[in-house]
Amino acid sequence: MIHFESVSKTYTNQSRPALDSVNLDVEKGEFVFLVGPSGSGKSTFLRLILREERPTDGRIYVAGRDLARLTNWKVPQLRRRIGCVFQDFRLLPAKSVYQNIAFALEVIGKPRRFIRKVVPEVIDLVGLEGKGDRMPDELSGGEQQRVAMARAFVNRPMILLADEPTGNIDPATSIGIMKVLDRINRTGTTVVMATHDAAIVDSMRKRVIELEYGKVVRDQSRGVYGQAY
Amino acid sequence: MRAQFVFGEVWIGLRRNLTMTAALIVVVAISLSLLGTGLLFVKQVDHTRSLWQSRLELSVYLCSAVNPDQHCAKNGPVTASERSQIQSTLLRLPQVVSVKYQTQAQAYQQAKHLFQDEPVMLNFVQPGDLPASFEVKMKNAQADAVPVTGAVLGQPGVDSVGDDAAILTKFYALLGGARDAVIVVAIILIVAAILLVANTIRLSAFNRRRETAIMRLVGASNFYVQLPFLVEGMIAGLVGWLIATALLAGAKAGLDGLQQYFPFPVELSVGDLVEVVLVTMLIALALCGATSFLTLRRYLRV
Repeated sequence: MIHFESVSKTYTNQSRPALDSVNLDVEKGEFVFLVGPSGSGKSTFLRLILREERPTDGRIYVAGRDLARLTNWKVPQLRRRIGCVFQDFRLLPAKSVYQNIAFALEVIGKPRRFIRKVVPEVIDLVGLEGKGDRMPDELSGGEQQRVAMARAFVNRPMILLADEPTGNIDPATSIGIMKVLDRINRTGTTVVMATHDAAIVDSMRKRVIELEYGKVVRDQSRGVYGQAY
Repeated sequence: MRAQFVFGEVWIGLRRNLTMTAALIVVVAISLSLLGTGLLFVKQVDHTRSLWQSRLELSVYLCSAVNPDQHCAKNGPVTASERSQIQSTLLRLPQVVSVKYQTQAQAYQQAKHLFQDEPVMLNFVQPGDLPASFEVKMKNAQADAVPVTGAVLGQPGVDSVGDDAAILTKFYALLGGARDAVIVVAIILIVAAILLVANTIRLSAFNRRRETAIMRLVGASNFYVQLPFLVEGMIAGLVGWLIATALLAGAKAGLDGLQQYFPFPVELSVGDLVEVVLVTMLIALALCGATSFLTLRRYLRV
């Protein structure tokens, strides 16, 4: 599903590469934790998958596409197959829960009938039954992140990228978030989650990829967060 | 394509950006109405020019007994043979359409008619004061005046040549200057309008950066991301154009009001106005559309 072939990324004006000859494969339906200290290259890894950045060197294949050969106007097609969740939720404050989720479908031109059918379904899936009319500022942090996950998942992406989704949420609420991610993963969606949350990684017992200074230093199936921390 | 969604976004954008949009509308309206006024001016001048073209004449004044000019004083008043000589010279010229002889008596009658409201002039002018003349009609009053004048000036019996076109040329130069000034100001304002469109779209893009970030993230096409901004710029341009149209209709009425000062028709037809209004609309759409598009390419990269 995601295939990195000796991928390096050096940002302009920086001597040290953010990613340094990274080779890795993520299969369809996998759940992967991406761990490592700040600046280790986790975000660069996610941005490369989305083709928000291009690698300095190496090849990247996402959902069977060679990103180097992807023309600019085909990038939106790629992004429709990838859902994204962030630490800061990124909801539109002037839109209700329902409208926030529907927005993701409206802007890719889905018909209204389809939107009316799938948005309530995905609201139920993330556990926000009956809260479709609430505004984001009426919700708790955990609930806002559920809305963001619903928005990321509503178009049934093949891959879900989560960049520290529990970073702004207390541990008790985080468990609920992880349950939703697990539920999404069980539908066959590949999930890649960058995190600093050791308790979550340790409790989930999924594949763990550790980055340090842009290099993969550990790739462990059913791993833990790591002894060093 | 979800028209309702796009227009919803456009409405939100226009509302959030109200002051900028208002400024944009005002500048577009003023620049377009000035440009339109310039174009109406051009049409007006063209109309009067073609109207006059057929009426302009060259007057070849002949020496009279009281003429103080040097060569007239030397030769004395024009003789009958000199007169027929001049007439045949004129008629031989290819540019000349017709030649009409006006006697001193006829000239006096004309002057009496001209000065009927001015008793001082009327008393001053005596029969015999005014010279006899040939009134020459040419094919092209403005271009042909110089060669025709050259052919007869200096011939015995000819005093001077009066050219109607020379007076009108000054008049046209005046009108042309006014027209150019209006168009230059209009162009400067159009440049200002272009900058304002660019700025408005930029601000709008900044105001909606959250929306556009999400749109890009979920895979909205460039077209979908940019369309609301494009439509926003176009709507502002069109509203400005509508105001300009109203102002232009007013300007036409004003120009038509000048009719009373002219002894010939100067009114513009409604067709002229419609033409100018359509031209300004195309300019408004092109200006706002192209500027928005270019600005977006710069600020909304996917």
